[in-house]
Amino acid sequence: MGEFTVHRVRFFHYMPSAVRALAFQPQRQKIAVARTDGSLEILNRADHLFQEKVIPGREQRGTEALAWAGQRLFSAGLNGELVEYDMQELREKYRLDASGGPVWTLTCNPQGTRLAVGCEDGTVKLFEVCDDGIQFERNLAKQKGRILSLSWHPSGSRLVAGMAGVIWVFDAGTGQSVHRLLVERGTGAPRSKECVVWSVVCLSDGTIVSGDSSGNVKVWDGDTGTLIRNHQVTKWDVLALSVSQDETSLVAGTSEGTVVQFQHLSVVLGREDKEWVQTRTFKNHTHDVRAVLELDTAVVSGGMDTQLVVRPLLDKIDVKTSASALRKIHFPHRRLVSCSRTARLLLFQHRIHLELWRLGESEGTGVPGSSLPIKRKPEKLLHLKTKGEEHICCSALSPCGGWVVVSTVTNLRLYRLQCDETISITKVSKLPKVVSSANQICFSSDSSYLFTASTCSSVHVLALSQSGCTFVCTLKPKSCSGQAILLLTASDDGKWLAAANADHEVQVYNLQKRKAYCTVPVYSSGVTAMSINPATNNLFMVHADQQIFEFSLEQKQYTDWSRLVHRKGLHPQWLERDTPVTNVTFSPRNPAHVILHDMYMFCIIDQTLPLPERNSQLVNQLTLRSLPEKERRAHSHAFKICKTFKELLFVELLEDQSLVVIERPLLDITAQLPPPVRQKKFAT
Amino acid sequence: MAALYEGYTLCGLVPTQNPPESGIQGIELDRDDDRVLVTDSTRSVTVYKVSDQKPLGSWTVKQGQFISCPAVYNSQTKEYVAVTNDNVIRVWKTEDVNIDQAFKATVSAEIYRVHSVPDYEPVVLFRRGGVRYLDSLLTAPQQPIEEVLLEDEVIRWSTMVRTEQQLLVLFSSEQRGKHFLYVQRFSPNTLVKHQLEAGPHLSAPLSYAATFREEHIHLLYWFPNGSVYESVLPARHPAPAAAEEVQALPRSLLLQLPIGEGELRSASALPLDEAHVAVVGVSHPSAGTGKDYLCLWNTHFQTLQASRELAGKIYGQVWCYYGKLFVTHGKTLSVIPFECQKSSLAAALGKLKQTRTNESKGPALVPSWNTLPHGDKPGKSRGVTTRRTKLSSKHQITTIEQLTCTIQQGPVEEVEQKVEMFLIGAEQAEQQLAVGRLVCELVARCRAEPSFYPRVSLLQLADTRYLCHSVCPGLLTLALEKKDFRLCQVCLQLFPDIPEAITCACLKVILGIPDAELECVALEPDSLHLMKALTQGPVPSNDDGGEHNGFCPAPLEEDGGGSTAPDAKVTPAPLDTSDRGTKPCKDLPAIYMDCPVGLHKGALLNEVLQTAYSDSLLLPYLKDLTVTQVILFLQYLQFLYLKYSQDVLPQIQALRMPAVTQIMEWVCLLLDAHFTVLVLAPEAKHLLSGLHKFVKSQVKLFSELGKIEGSLQVLKNSKQSHQTGQYSIEVVELF
Repeated sequence: MGEFTVHRVRFFHYMPSAVRALAFQPQRQKIAVARTDGSLEILNRADHLFQEKVIPGREQRGTEALAWAGQRLFSAGLNGELVEYDMQELREKYRLDASGGPVWTLTCNPQGTRLAVGCEDGTVKLFEVCDDGIQFERNLAKQKGRILSLSWHPSGSRLVAGMAGVIWVFDAGTGQSVHRLLVERGTGAPRSKECVVWSVVCLSDGTIVSGDSSGNVKVWDGDTGTLIRNHQVTKWDVLALSVSQDETSLVAGTSEGTVVQFQHLSVVLGREDKEWVQTRTFKNHTHDVRAVLELDTAVVSGGMDTQLVVRPLLDKIDVKTSASALRKIHFPHRRLVSCSRTARLLLFQHRIHLELWRLGESEGTGVPGSSLPIKRKPEKLLHLKTKGEEHICCSALSPCGGWVVVSTVTNLRLYRLQCDETISITKVSKLPKVVSSANQICFSSDSSYLFTASTCSSVHVLALSQSGCTFVCTLKPKSCSGQAILLLTASDDGKWLAAANADHEVQVYNLQKRKAYCTVPVYSSGVTAMSINPATNNLFMVHADQQIFEFSLEQKQYTDWSRLVHRKGLHPQWLERDTPVTNVTFSPRNPAHVILHDMYMFCIIDQTLPLPERNSQLVNQLTLRSLPEKERRAHSHAFKICKTFKELLFVELLEDQSLVVIERPLLDITAQLPPPVRQKKFAT
Repeated sequence: MAALYEGYTLCGLVPTQNPPESGIQGIELDRDDDRVLVTDSTRSVTVYKVSDQKPLGSWTVKQGQFISCPAVYNSQTKEYVAVTNDNVIRVWKTEDVNIDQAFKATVSAEIYRVHSVPDYEPVVLFRRGGVRYLDSLLTAPQQPIEEVLLEDEVIRWSTMVRTEQQLLVLFSSEQRGKHFLYVQRFSPNTLVKHQLEAGPHLSAPLSYAATFREEHIHLLYWFPNGSVYESVLPARHPAPAAAEEVQALPRSLLLQLPIGEGELRSASALPLDEAHVAVVGVSHPSAGTGKDYLCLWNTHFQTLQASRELAGKIYGQVWCYYGKLFVTHGKTLSVIPFECQKSSLAAALGKLKQTRTNESKGPALVPSWNTLPHGDKPGKSRGVTTRRTKLSSKHQITTIEQLTCTIQQGPVEEVEQKVEMFLIGAEQAEQQLAVGRLVCELVARCRAEPSFYPRVSLLQLADTRYLCHSVCPGLLTLALEKKDFRLCQVCLQLFPDIPEAITCACLKVILGIPDAELECVALEPDSLHLMKALTQGPVPSNDDGGEHNGFCPAPLEEDGGGSTAPDAKVTPAPLDTSDRGTKPCKDLPAIYMDCPVGLHKGALLNEVLQTAYSDSLLLPYLKDLTVTQVILFLQYLQFLYLKYSQDVLPQIQALRMPAVTQIMEWVCLLLDAHFTVLVLAPEAKHLLSGLHKFVKSQVKLFSELGKIEGSLQVLKNSKQSHQTGQYSIEVVELF
């Protein structure tokens, strides 16, 4: 395979934002994740927790609560507005002021017909979910103080609201309060500090479970309004609660970063009467756990430390599978970096700005494992801020390095870039009206065309020239599922364009005839990365379940190599990896070399070599190194995996056969987090 | 610990017309502890000799008459008393052949029961609640009897309890679902009525039992749902005002028995001592329902101590006299001897610990806790032991009894011989139960008789490793008083639960006794070997020892020459002045000090150092030590500490030796307890400054080590990730 010069880049200071709320949609197994920057992610639990959709947020618009009403997703935040999202177009459908001040909590009744909103002014507002929107229905009896948490009784007849120092039980029919449960301060808490009920859960037998700022999880009898049991879980706050579908298990997230599980068990074996017993504590977070989900077989938790942790509860299963392993999701499952291979430029996409960097240069050569002296340091050429409050949805740098395009949900901007000795950037002023925004952007390899993914799975084609930008045509798929396009890739010869959407469909367009060419057979798992091989025009796709496909565009069929892979099966260790491949690229010198990477490794697949046997070693670079050169051939296989670089955001092969590796060490992310709650540790 | 021994049948039961009853009305004590008076449900009274399982005499009333309450033995007149046809009192002697020809008296009201306790006049309790002494009633049989109870109130249970000075009659009654307890006291006659609390789920109590201990009457009653409650009544006369009204009786839940499904019907609980309850009619928690067991429960720890499955139907009747339980079941009346030892958690833990160490030794030492009931799982070892106990149990019981007799009276030689025989012959499980009792007896005898001291026996018993301090609280103090230091050492080694006060007392005695007196005591060879090794240690290792374990006297020497110099000028201690030089060899005596105590004293002190203690509890007792004792002890600790800092440690192969941390903790404790005294005492000055100097050198050494650790850590880390910059260009090779 040979030596590679690797540009190890750590100056992309990507910073994910904290997880604020989680909501689960059981029918479609979707997990909605709201972050403090207002962005929203949809993870598919059935598809290896692949982050299928991302809806970017806005400045000053933090989300506080999320709720699914059937297939529809609603959110609310401290700006006092309710938002419904358009899951196909990946944008907000509409906003509605709840007119009760900041909204702290939002919940939908189990029937999916009514939304309850807890407001700053002490009202609980009920909204009816209509076909075309939501409609205000009524206010429940107004209380003094803000409503911080809400929970519907599974029958939808009652509503439990948590406030500072008190829990109210409302009759949803009359709107009057039925019970008032006083939540006392914890022992030793100052008199002035009130006990805040951060979370409540109402169970079908009327039991109410509350989590509060004194660190207690309290179990109440909802019929009599009496406290049955108190579990002191932490010295700090209990921030989130979630109960399983069958109401036998309950999890609580605390400020200490622990998730505590409770189970409804009979204390004496064989007796009928059951109690909520504290059973397990998971410590996977360093900071506050703001949101938890109990999904019967797993606990999903997220919080201030920005990672999403999926802790499976399948303890009794001995066989290690992807379902029984702990998973942490740190990075988005999409690309935030684009690279110009010839101009050696990198474009980093932040929340509201872009950064353009030029890579450094070195001189001389070195032995493998050594660092080379740096002749020229990397240079930050540009810091481009977007206008308005909306966060960046997607961005791209043209292969020649002469164009930068950036899009928010409502606005697409194209810039002409000249960077010789001095940098000059000019905005292309007159864009065709049809391209107001884009979900996904891609340049053709000669930088003469720009492809923007638009509504209804359609792709607009724009021609770029020195004079400006002109609209060429709109490519529409033959059969439209209407889902937003997530990935776009164009072939090197300018003939083909492939677009993958959220329904796992991959459409191929013929750019010369400007019409849809074919559809790749739909696979059950989503495409995480794809690219067209410049030499053979084969579409190379990697899916969320780690399967690899190669589809010949000319012959409209899977290639022999792809068939071989599926006949033989991929190596089990390959399939066990828990982060998706987010970029696929090809070596310009050897078309049989495919370079792909996930978070923990990058891999060069040599399609001419035999595939690894099931029982052989997959990561065998160290073994090969120790072998004499003659024997290496016999032991080597197609997957050349390098784990030297970790926590990877992006890997690309440049024109001169050198690699660019963009690392974002998790320690650096942790270092930027606010300090966690103070805990007494031994010897500190 | 409690155990049930092999039981035997006393007599068969006469089948009755109404099946739920056993055919036995009651069992009362006869004149001695081996004879009982059994009254059957119809017409006869029989006296049995329990150990022979034989009837000694029987009396029957005429056809048409019936005995309405259990017959009792009046120990004052040596007569039997029974009641026939509810209102005729019959009194007869052993010699009387026919009961009908004996004395009889008809009284004016119906009698509920006659109660008798040894050395007191029997008491007659009437159906309507009146109470009379038997003799006063017989002088005027037709005297009017007052009605205490209300119209529809009936007596459910009654008993008589003997307290320290007087008799008490307790009886419970039921009126329309309410339950009351009456307490009748004599001279002056007072009757107090209490109402028993009735919970929402509680129906009528199944059985009652009352005992007297520690100036209170403990009333035990349990409900069909398995909860056993205890109420405590004062035995003395209550305030007169309170007697007028009905008082509610506070209660506490003593035991919650697992009863499985449904409610109990016929069952009974009987307190055996303050911690043990015999329960009959409840299934074993791990056996299925429908099987009936006799169980001994420990109420302190809520543990099942022993159990026995009983064949046939259980009637819920159980009596207990002189260490034997009388239980009716099926068609027999069984006698089951039992033994309850004073229970302590430490005993249980100590024994469990020993089971772990002597696992290979055979059957489980705690049969009731670890083994399942034999009906459930007939384990191999269990089967063997039962057969063996069958053969030896009867013989065994008598041996223990005889042995206690011997201990109480016999001369030292005989006691020692008997104890040795017993220890050789007895089985492990039985030893375990018996050893504690034997030691207590021995200690009691030694206390009573100062000339009596069976040295060998006590040592042998202690060596069985079945003892702990809670089982025989007097043993260690006795050993100290008798200056039996060998026994002292064994106790210190083996007892896991010596109170801090006793530990300190030991320390005080050991420190106070002259070395010469100790030298003649034969101590455990291993501990002496350790002391010899410690005292001889430095001589061979003098030349190169310093370099070997990293402790070099050089820093001490520098230190001594530098910072402590002004200190030495103020108090020119003889050792310091003589040592003040620049050559390292001259400083050696400061490190290699001589052992301040003799070998034997050192060995004993080592044992004290290794005992378990809690520092906050130990501290007040430590203050009792005198200044000289403290200084001597500190010197010894310093000696140990110095030794441990040299490389004598790896050369010593001792089984037990105090750890460095233990030594340090004791030094801290001593300094803590005697801080002011040590500051003021002039003779302590030299010791303290020496100790300080050494500790300082150690601190310096460790701070240097800390620095090295830090730099090594940095080296290690830097090797792991040499590149932390923002950008670098590297070369990788793929194969």
